[in-house]
Amino acid sequence: MKTHPHISQRKVKPNRQFFSLAKKEFFHIFRDRRTLIILLGMPIVQIIIFGFALTNEVKNSRIGVFNQAQDAHAQALINELEASRYFEVTRIFTSYSAIEEEFKKGTIKLALVLPPHFAADLKHFNKTQVQLIADASDPNVANTLINYATAVILDFQDRLTNNNTLPYTIRTETRMLYNPQLQGAYSFVPGVMAMVLMLVCTMMTAITIVREKELGTMEILLVSPVQPLKVIIAKAIPYLLLSMLNITSILLLSVFVLQVPINGSLLLLLAASTLFIITSLSLGLLISTITASQQTAMFISLTGLFLPTVMLSGFMFPIENMPLPLQVVSNLVPAKWFYIIVRTVMIKGAGLAVIWKEALVLTSMTLLLLGLSMKNFKIRLA
Amino acid sequence: MRTLQFLLQKEFRQIFRNPAILRIIFIMPLIQLLVLPWAADYEIKNIRLAVVDHDHSSSSQKLISTINSSGYFQLYAYTPSYAQAVANLDRDQADLILEIPTGFEKNMIKENETSALIAVNAINGVKAGLGSAYLQSVIREYNNQIRTAWIQPTRFSPQPVIEVTASNWFNPLLQYKDFMVPGILVVLVTMVGSFLASLNIVKEKEIGTIEQMNVTPVKKHYFILAKLLPFWVLGLFVLSLGLLLAWAFYGIVPVGNLFVLYVYAAVYLLAVLGLGLLLSTYSENQQQAMLLSFFLIMVFILMSGLYTPIESMPTWAQYLTKLNPVSYFIQVIRMVLLKGSNLADISQQLFITTGFAIVLNTWAVVNYKKRT
Repeated sequence: MKTHPHISQRKVKPNRQFFSLAKKEFFHIFRDRRTLIILLGMPIVQIIIFGFALTNEVKNSRIGVFNQAQDAHAQALINELEASRYFEVTRIFTSYSAIEEEFKKGTIKLALVLPPHFAADLKHFNKTQVQLIADASDPNVANTLINYATAVILDFQDRLTNNNTLPYTIRTETRMLYNPQLQGAYSFVPGVMAMVLMLVCTMMTAITIVREKELGTMEILLVSPVQPLKVIIAKAIPYLLLSMLNITSILLLSVFVLQVPINGSLLLLLAASTLFIITSLSLGLLISTITASQQTAMFISLTGLFLPTVMLSGFMFPIENMPLPLQVVSNLVPAKWFYIIVRTVMIKGAGLAVIWKEALVLTSMTLLLLGLSMKNFKIRLA
Repeated sequence: MRTLQFLLQKEFRQIFRNPAILRIIFIMPLIQLLVLPWAADYEIKNIRLAVVDHDHSSSSQKLISTINSSGYFQLYAYTPSYAQAVANLDRDQADLILEIPTGFEKNMIKENETSALIAVNAINGVKAGLGSAYLQSVIREYNNQIRTAWIQPTRFSPQPVIEVTASNWFNPLLQYKDFMVPGILVVLVTMVGSFLASLNIVKEKEIGTIEQMNVTPVKKHYFILAKLLPFWVLGLFVLSLGLLLAWAFYGIVPVGNLFVLYVYAAVYLLAVLGLGLLLSTYSENQQQAMLLSFFLIMVFILMSGLYTPIESMPTWAQYLTKLNPVSYFIQVIRMVLLKGSNLADISQQLFITTGFAIVLNTWAVVNYKKRT
């Protein structure tokens, strides 16, 4: 029996229409080679640059010494500082005012002031004083440098006792779990992954949809017989695939170039990444429904997301140090949850049992974002 | 000159006609300036500690209470086995484990020496290093207390002591906000400047109005100047607004001369705007321009020394930062606002930034062709 052509069209076509829409979107992307290169190349370049360069470790900090003592002990202490990997003595001062001048030029971060009669005081009174002056305009570095310098000086002091073992000694053994070599990359690579994925995915979707609005082609898509929902999903799918490609290159680079191991299940990591990509794409979708121009969409996804993602996701600054309201706000940043997942799975090697809560949060965020964009999505253009 | 005046009028009208963009230019940066600096605090406090005490002696109890009262630590859990404590670390509920072995007290008395194990979540190396150092120093202090309590003072041979006093100049209270606010302000000014400028020309390309500009007798350097000036003014305006907020909300009073800062900022904005223009002459549509400037801004900001010190970067990355205009402005704004550096102190940065401004703008003008 021959079915009515009209009915068969209704039954079969929606899927075909959907795929041809997705195909159209692929053509859009592949035709603009430059954009494609930027989209695929950007995460690679960023993960390499940031993976190597971002660290809050302090090493080879330039310091100055105001050595009023000029004796053997003083020289020995300076050599000790120079020998540690944290410091590099680049300035020798002859007055306090010279210290301030160098601080103002920003050439050194820390100054050590050794008193006159340093060795003599130690010998006769068993006691002497040294002063550390830090340029605390950067409080983090100042704090760390003072801590490290104090440790070096205390070590030096211990060695002066000629290794006499003292009675009733408590020895401590320290074990560095998860990251025995204290590699900076271990904490920054998961963070950079979260940040790059989030920003790239959100921006891509936000811009493409708004672009069709701005160029007027959205009108054409909306009057076509395809359901608006499918139009949107078809637009998102190519970007989902593109993002999966990005996550693959990011993971390959992390393991083989940055030497950050994947201790947990790769499958779980990939699944979580896909979930996070979908969350970001949904956020992009929401932004696209509330904006009318590419400029606005772009500005929201850049200015509005970049700094909060960097600062509130927990990889730069510890969340537990923030004031309570900000800790609450940080829960709204999807990258925070993904960062926890990546760190836990990739470096601690834990499984789903540990990260199910974070995964659940991301899932509900995605559903919420999708729901909001559906509600906001207008079939008619204002 | 009159041509320029008309062109400027047109550009300003175009900007002010779009309220959405205006709102975003001003409100979003300012909200961020009010909120984000509170997040930036590296100071290690409230380290969560899990204790495994196999000894249950009075010495181990005393050690734990000494640690507890030191102020750095928060006794999070008291677990019967090491494995359970590690599970706490796995779940991110604790940062440090202290394991006191059986015979802790007995060994101290009989063998004159005993041991304890510190295990740290070392994913964040700096936090781990400082956390374990604090714990060790508390234990060392406890150790000294025991010695002075148990040994008669005469037998206790005095040890040479070097007292270390530390002073923090320019920011004695170690206010993290004083450090972050100027930096974030630079980021916001940069984003407003380079980013909007790069979009501006491309937008005319994309909607076709550039054709009309091209057929007019307007000289191309006038055209570009007219595109630059409005954003230059907006950038300086955002800077002033930000400085005002920094004073009103964070009590940051510039130590140095604001005039120095504005001289530098004026040159800096020219450089950044030049970069935006250059990007726009190389892009075919807004999407490309946005992606390119987004990419560059991200790299510039994260490599500027705003969050992580430049000296910690590998050498090749330090060379890269020399090409990064943002890093110079961040240095300058912190130097002027916090340390009171004068024009002579920042002359090097000013000189380099002027170089950037000249090169980038010349390049952009040369590359802009009055043809599409």
